[in-house]
This record gives sequence, structure tokens and C-alpha cells, in this order.
Amino acid sequence: MRRILSMLLENEPGALSRVVGLFSQRNYNIETLTVAATEDPTLSRLTVTTIGDDKVIEQITKQLNKLIEVVKVVDLTEGAHIERELMLLKVKASGAQRAEVKRTVDIFRGQIVDVTSSVYTIQLAGNSDKLDAFIQAVGRTCILEVVRTGVSGIARGEKTLTI
Amino acid sequence: MTTELLSGADMIVRFLQDEGVEHIYGYPGGAALHIYDALFRQDKVQHILVRHEQAAVHMADGYARATGKAGVALVTSGPGATNTITGIATAFMDSIPMVVLCGQVPSTLVGQDAFQETDMMGVSRPVVKHNLSVQHPSEIPGVLRKAFYIAQSGRPGPVVVDIPKDMTAPNERYEYVFPRKIKLRSYQPPQKGHAGQIRKALDMMLSARRPVIYSGGGIILGGASKRLTELAHTLGFPVTNTLMGLGGFPGTDKQFIGMLGMHGSYEANMAMHHADLIIALGARFDDRVTNAPDKFCPGAKIIHVDIDPASISKTIQADVPIVGPLDAVLKEMLSQLEDRGAKPDQEALKQWWKQIDEWRAYHGGRYRTDDSEMIKPQAVIEALYKITKGKAFVCSDVGQHQMFAAQYYKFDKPNRWINSGGLGTMGFGLPAAMGVKLEFPEEEVVCVTGEGSIQMNIQELSTCNQYNLPVKIVCLNNQSLGMVKQWQDMNYESRHSQSYMKSLPDFHKLMEAYGHEAITITKPEELEEGLRKAFAMKDKLVFVNVMVDPFEHVYPMQVARGSMKDMWLSKTERV
Ligand SMILES: Cc1ncc(C[n+]2csc(CCOP(=O)(O)OP(=O)(O)O)c2C)c(N)n1
Ligand SMILES: [Mg+2]
Repeated sequence: MRRILSMLLENEPGALSRVVGLFSQRNYNIETLTVAATEDPTLSRLTVTTIGDDKVIEQITKQLNKLIEVVKVVDLTEGAHIERELMLLKVKASGAQRAEVKRTVDIFRGQIVDVTSSVYTIQLAGNSDKLDAFIQAVGRTCILEVVRTGVSGIARGEKTLTI
Repeated sequence: MTTELLSGADMIVRFLQDEGVEHIYGYPGGAALHIYDALFRQDKVQHILVRHEQAAVHMADGYARATGKAGVALVTSGPGATNTITGIATAFMDSIPMVVLCGQVPSTLVGQDAFQETDMMGVSRPVVKHNLSVQHPSEIPGVLRKAFYIAQSGRPGPVVVDIPKDMTAPNERYEYVFPRKIKLRSYQPPQKGHAGQIRKALDMMLSARRPVIYSGGGIILGGASKRLTELAHTLGFPVTNTLMGLGGFPGTDKQFIGMLGMHGSYEANMAMHHADLIIALGARFDDRVTNAPDKFCPGAKIIHVDIDPASISKTIQADVPIVGPLDAVLKEMLSQLEDRGAKPDQEALKQWWKQIDEWRAYHGGRYRTDDSEMIKPQAVIEALYKITKGKAFVCSDVGQHQMFAAQYYKFDKPNRWINSGGLGTMGFGLPAAMGVKLEFPEEEVVCVTGEGSIQMNIQELSTCNQYNLPVKIVCLNNQSLGMVKQWQDMNYESRHSQSYMKSLPDFHKLMEAYGHEAITITKPEELEEGLRKAFAMKDKLVFVNVMVDPFEHVYPMQVARGSMKDMWLSKTERV
């Protein structure tokens, strides 16, 4: 099952490599990974999406907690949560294609953020399924480049991940 | 109070003094020279110069296993640092507290492929509990405090400290204060077990009909062997130990049923398989213990106590998990037990013991003596046990000799059986024994080894000479990589691919060259006398070269991918 693990870790050199190293060393799977400092510059927030059954996820969580620099870990998928991913893409857009692409972007509530005579650069945010659907809709053949940030997520309601 | 200004190098040495470290083991080189100079200018911390950095780490490891305190090694950057990796991995697998100080090229050159630069933080990362790099000389006391704290608390382990040369420059001085305390928001090892879970565990223990206590290295690391013994005696339950847990419960106690697992005793493996309750204490259900996990102990409920939550339900699902330090959890168990005043079902226990005693009587560690004129390796360990009165520190290498030592030397005390269990590192035995002997000069320290393993760190005979470390090396010489050969006999129709050690050195001449003694024993009737002679040379390192039956196998041996009870008991008997 797909899970979103979200954690706070000390914003120190080498901390990220320990997290990544753990996943490869123990043969856990990383689908996406995002990381950046929080409002407290001594802490980073890291979100990783991974696949595994309950037993595997339990082990991953325990092993992550064992890393000295990891302060807290939660599995966002255990409760109601919001997830978002940002995608930037370049799409061939000339002639009749232009209007067609524009329409699709509007339907998905994306934005065209840069334009040339033959290329649109598009920005789109949403959950991963929505981004996948957009790629389907515009069609692989006219896509020139895709950049995705990977998932970041947060719990719904009053729940927070803080120290 | 006047504040002291010290260079980074002086701070390191001063910290070690203040921490009470008496010996460090190491090898100098460019990036560590400021530190070596600081060592030279004092005499509180004694540095032991090994002949290979791997041995420095194993010495620190031996010290740590014998005392429970972190051992400290010091090496230079590049090859000095990479030479420590096997030793660090050995300590990591067995959760041994250790601090390894590594020189590094100056911070200005890091990343430039400078002479003797390796990314030690990266190289060591998968085999350390943690690693730290010094970013500024003034941080040194704090970084070292953190290193010792992490190494010795919770589930212990090795910590590497990477120290760029400019951090130790002699002319840059900063304030030094010895930091006594440290608190880390991201690392808080548990202090006690959950009382409710402990109550649940006791309910199960009191109603069990066929219980087994299965205890591991965590009992020894957690200083819990007294409480374990008390608990086992109070309940009257049988106790089996893992390879790492030997000595955690007295080996001569009648409730002790031997080691379990791949080369465990018949009675221990049978008892495990037929148990209705397994009480795992500081053990991790290693694959060398469980055999096939899906066939493991089909009728048993499992209580699992460990300080590391990640060890619980990793391979075998626990019914009652308890996270906490072993000693504190056992203390709570004993006190709850006393409050309740209840006893387990005595009639059921009696039946259970009757069954176990039958298994014991059936096998009882027997081995054949009629199939060879030569000395049996098992007999060597039995004689060694007798002559040292069961009191020696036994530091083993890896192979058949290690298993024979584990099976036939009965350890009544913890911290006396010192071996590389998790990583199985050949070459561990001699330097580990040296680390122990240095700390316990009055005690008998024996290295049980094979003619293969001993050659993996044989250069340390020179260090033994320099520092006068009269360990006794008992080499079960079967003229082959015996354990490999055994697997080839059993799984590869005796095709002995590369498992013979042709052209062994003349150990007598070798010992003479290093300034030590050697004795060769070839006949069974000379065994005891030969060993006695060796141990009578109190102040000498003696290499006892015992020529043993090269065809002997270690039994029992679990059948691969079977259950606990599927074993070979001899070359021809399978149960
Ligand atoms: C560094 C290392 N390399 C290889 C092995 C694999 N191995 C395990 S036991 C063994 C043979 C050991 O031979 P010896 O020391 O003579 O002991 P014996 O089994 O003959 O008693 C080998 C090669 C190992 N454990 N460690
Ligand atoms: Mg051998």
C-alpha cells in the first residue's frame, strides 16, 4: 500500500543522507521524497512516499526513529490528510494544438507560466493522481519535459507535527 | 574559575582523561599527528600502537565487551580510517559501545581528492550507530560528549568522529570545559518498560505450561544477568542463551539448557520448538537462531523484551512487546511477581522438565571419539574449561572452533565469552583478547582460534610483545577452513573448493620470531598436560597448536530451511 511518511529531522549536514541510506540499505522503496527547512531553521521537514504492507511500514517507521537526527515520524495516510505535488512541464504548442492545450490546462486548473511561439510552460499543483491524469490528457507525444517535486503532505484539522 | 584555553588536539586528549579513558588503541598518520603530539605531552591516557588499524578497533571492542564501557580507537584519515571498517561493522552487529576517532584532511581540502582523503562519514554510515564530524575546534568537547553518550546509552553501538586536521591545529586555542551532561531532543532511549505490558507478560508466564526463557546479548549489554537469574530461579523456567548471550545465565546452572539455534543444543532447540511460551529477553530472533521463520515454534506465544523497538516483531511477531532496558524491566517483573505471590503451574512445569531431561539424556552434547586416533576439538575445549576452572575470558575467532568453544565452555559469568556473533569476523579473536588482557592483567585470557582465523591478524603478536600481553592462544588446528569445509561436505558433495590451508607457517618459528612460546600437541593423552604447561608460563604469550581431527563437524546442526527441531546430530543421524 502507498504511504506518506512525514518527519521532522535535525537540519544538519548528513541527516538527509542517513534517511536515504536507510531506505537503500534495507531495501525499502522510495517513490518520492521532498525536504526543506521549516519555520524553525534547526528543523527540516521531510516527506517520503513509499510502498509496503503494515509490517514493512512499521519497520520503516521504527528504523527511521532510530536514526539519531530524526526527531519525529508520522504516517499521514493513517488519518485524514492533504497531499500536494507541484509539476512544471513544457508542452509542444503550435497551431491548433495551442487552444487544445490551453483548454486542458484550464480544466485542471493549472497555469501557463511561460510562452514561446511553439512551447507552453505549465504549472500544476494537486495530488499525484491529478498530475498523472493531466499527463494522460495532454498526451505523452506533445510533452517535452516534466519536473515533479514529489509529494508533501499535512494532516487535516487540529493535528500538527511539531516538537 | 579560570577558563582554560586548549588547542583542539589537547582538548581531545584532555576530554579522554576527564572521561576516565585509560587506554586507547591506534595508529598514527598525517591527519592525526596533532593529536599524537598532544598524546606525547601527557601520560594519563596510554596509547597502544597496534600493527593494523582493524586490530585497534577489535582491541577497543574486546575491552568494551569485557567491561561494558566504550572502547576508544584513534586512526588517521584515508587508509587508516578505511582499515577500521571491518572492526566497526563487527561492533555494530553486536551492539558494542565504541568511539572511533578518525583524522581527516584539513577542512579546506575536503572534497578535493586530497592525499589520504576518504569520505569516512559516508563510508562508515551504514555500520555505525551514529557518526559526527567536527566543524570547529571549539565544538570538540561537545562532540565527544555526544559521541560517548550515544555509544553507551540505549542500544549501544560504535560512533565515528571525523576530525579534519585543522580542527586540531596547535596554535588555535579555545575554551575547554568538560561537559558532564547532554540531552538530545531527537534521541531519548527508554528508561523503563510499560508496567501494563509487564503485567500482561506475567499473566502469560504464570499460566504457561511449557515456557522457555530465550535470552541474548542484550542481557549482558544491559547488565541484567543477576536479575535474569533471579527471575528464572523464582519461576523455575528453563533458560537457553544465544551465542551472544552466553554467560548471561550461569552455564552450570541446572536450569540452563544450552545455546540454541543453528549449532544449539538438542534440548534447547527441542524445547523451543515444543514451547507454548517463549520469553525473549534482549535477543533479536536472528536467522541463525530461528531457522525458517515460518516454521518457528508453531505452538508458542511470544513475549519480547528489548531496548530497541525495531528489534521487536522484525522477523517474528511478538504477542506481548515490551520496550525498555532489560534490567529495569526484569526488576519490575520481579516486584510485580512478589506482589502477586503467585506461582506458575507446578505440575505442568514438572512434566515439562521431565520432557526436557529426556531430551538432555538423549543427546547431552555427545560426540564420537571412536572414529579417529586424533584429538577431538570438543575435547580441547573441555580440557581448557577444566584447566582454567571455567574462569577465563575466552575470546574466540570464527569457525568450527568458535562453535565448539560456545558449546563446551560453560560460562557462569557475563562478559567472559567474547566473540563476533553478528558479523562473524575472522581475525577478531587475538586483538580482542589483547584488549581484555590489558585491562585484566591478572586474569587468564584465552584466544580460541583456528589456523585460518589467527592468520588474519597475526601481525598483532608484535604488539603483544611490545606491551607484554601474555594471552594464551589455543589454536584448534584442523589444517583447513573447517567451517567452510563442513558446509562443502554437507552441501557440495565434499568438493573442498579453497578450504584447505596448504603451506601453513611453522608456528614455532613464527612465535620465536615474535618473542613468544609455542607448544604443539598431537596426541589425546598429551592434551591436558600440554595445556597445563602453557598456562604455567604465566608471563608468556603461548601459542598452543593443537592438531585436531580434520574431519570433525560441528553438531547439532539445524537442517537448512527447517524448523527449530530439524537437526543433524551427527554425520549420519538426522532428527
Ligand atoms: C573475514 C572473514 N572471511 C571469511 C569468512 C568465512 N568463514 C567462516 S568460518 C571460515 C573458516 C575458518 O577457518 P579456521 O579459522 O581455521 O577455523 P575452523 O573452522 O577450521 O575451526 C571462513 C573462511 C569469515 N567468517 N570471515
Ligand atoms: Mg581450521
